[in-house]
Amino acid sequence: MSQDLTTLSAARVADAVKKGEISAEAAAKAAFDRIERLEPTVRAFLAVTKDAALAQARAVDEKRKAGKPLGALAGVPVALKDNLQLAGVETTCASKILKGHIAAYDSTAVARLKAADAVFVGKTNLDEFAMGSSTENSAFQKTTNPWDSSRVPGGSSGGSAAAVAARFCAVALGSDTGGSIRQPAAFCGVVGLKPTYGTVSRYGLVAFASSLDQIGPFTRTVEDAALTLSVIGGHDPLDTTSAARPAPDVAAPPKDLKGLRIGLPLEYFIAGLDPEVERAVRAAVEMLESLGATVKDISLPHTKYAIASYYIVAPCEASSNLARFDGIRYGFVDRSASSLEEVYEFTRGSGFGAEVKRRIMLGTYALSSGYYDAYYAKAQRVRTLMARDFQKAFAEVDLIACPTTPTPPFRFGEKTDDPVAMYLSDVFTIPSNMAGNVSLSIPCGLSAKGLPLGVQLVADQFGDARLLAAARVFEAARPFPALQ
Amino acid sequence: MSISDDEVRKIAKLARLRLSDDEVARYGGQLTKILDAMAELGALETGNVPPTASVLGVSDVMRRDEPRAFEGRERLLDNAPDRDGPYFKVRKIIA
Repeated sequence: MSQDLTTLSAARVADAVKKGEISAEAAAKAAFDRIERLEPTVRAFLAVTKDAALAQARAVDEKRKAGKPLGALAGVPVALKDNLQLAGVETTCASKILKGHIAAYDSTAVARLKAADAVFVGKTNLDEFAMGSSTENSAFQKTTNPWDSSRVPGGSSGGSAAAVAARFCAVALGSDTGGSIRQPAAFCGVVGLKPTYGTVSRYGLVAFASSLDQIGPFTRTVEDAALTLSVIGGHDPLDTTSAARPAPDVAAPPKDLKGLRIGLPLEYFIAGLDPEVERAVRAAVEMLESLGATVKDISLPHTKYAIASYYIVAPCEASSNLARFDGIRYGFVDRSASSLEEVYEFTRGSGFGAEVKRRIMLGTYALSSGYYDAYYAKAQRVRTLMARDFQKAFAEVDLIACPTTPTPPFRFGEKTDDPVAMYLSDVFTIPSNMAGNVSLSIPCGLSAKGLPLGVQLVADQFGDARLLAAARVFEAARPFPALQ
Repeated sequence: MSISDDEVRKIAKLARLRLSDDEVARYGGQLTKILDAMAELGALETGNVPPTASVLGVSDVMRRDEPRAFEGRERLLDNAPDRDGPYFKVRKIIA
């Protein structure tokens, strides 16, 4: 094959490697050639693991030559958000407080990718501890949007989204607590899947907000998202919140969408929605209709409470989860401390960045004596109302279609001084985390300035395979160009 | 509602975060603004609505308590800024 191997989908790479048409080593080398050329501009990676990747790729090729069966992602270059543990490699969460922390074990998702013969090209940049919507909160570097380097890639999994868009890899894993896969996928013109809560084990994912966190893939095709989910999904006894179900299979797409009922939530088409985003999403809905789906208006009346309730629940859980970073067991310690108390306070005060401290403060306040009922308990009750909104909607429709983000990708610095404005970029993605259902962002066009726009498709809990099958029909009818 | 500097310092103490005076002033203003944005929840009647504990309705997951080998012990210990053989080393806490 003389073609550029970085243009191939994961499914195609795995197939070609299994048939011996290309070597895993050639696929890895093509990825690193591209990384070496473009990474100085994109800055998607916190660590590039070239030597280990080439060794891994050669081992896959040896396995094939020895006649052993290869896994579903044989030779596919994969990047990992740097809050996922890859044994022997640094896990920093883009935080100074974890600088130098070497993972002692593989997260379950990583172990399953390894068992499927994927090849790890590196660890990607993120907002510190996955808290943010632009990847500007990384303690180490800013990742640029591959479509326009003056703009953010979205966040918090901005490095993973940018890496897939820039064709540094065919698949990248991210984590999504309030939109951290889908929002950067929309901003970078790639597919981003947040599976149903509990579908992918969180073992080895550094916890941010445990009742909301879910691991999922970035890919350039829907088929690749389904393929990756079939590898990383499924019950894991090491995560007690993991659902007692097998991984969703890659379902063959139907030939059209006849009989599929799609709902458009009124509350998502509101003032403040960018007109270009609205036009692109409505055009995508018309396409779904022309493929045979029926479309009707629905209501998710508690959508307007999503941001307020999420920004109580998530910081409360974060303030508890991040209590473990104490200057004693992890990478960084502030050595000017003279007592144990000061070790905690100085290490955390200088090790965490501004947004992480802001959320720890917010969560600590909301959980402190006398405020619990007014904030955390209240927010969890509102969460029940949001989940009921979806239950009602899914009694009438099979899928919900809506914008992934209210605006196209924004510029660096545009929202960094105003936390509330930054929080609003998650307004359409948070409800799926609060209700634990599955949702996917898929590219649906470009703005007049050539910036990617995304449409979000949402299905009920454990409707992952059905959602992906429908999205494949849409994608086949409306292929989205990869970045050249 | 406005969060005073003293309240910010009290929360920071609970969270074991050393903050500079600048940070205290900044977080006071920002927390006030964020909590104001959340006040809208108060208007919503939720008296009869149970709080969500698990979106999947899962609780009390049990497994057999059997020992398993773990290969990463040395690596975990090596990550500590100060270790002493198989122990994490901490500052003296009893005077």
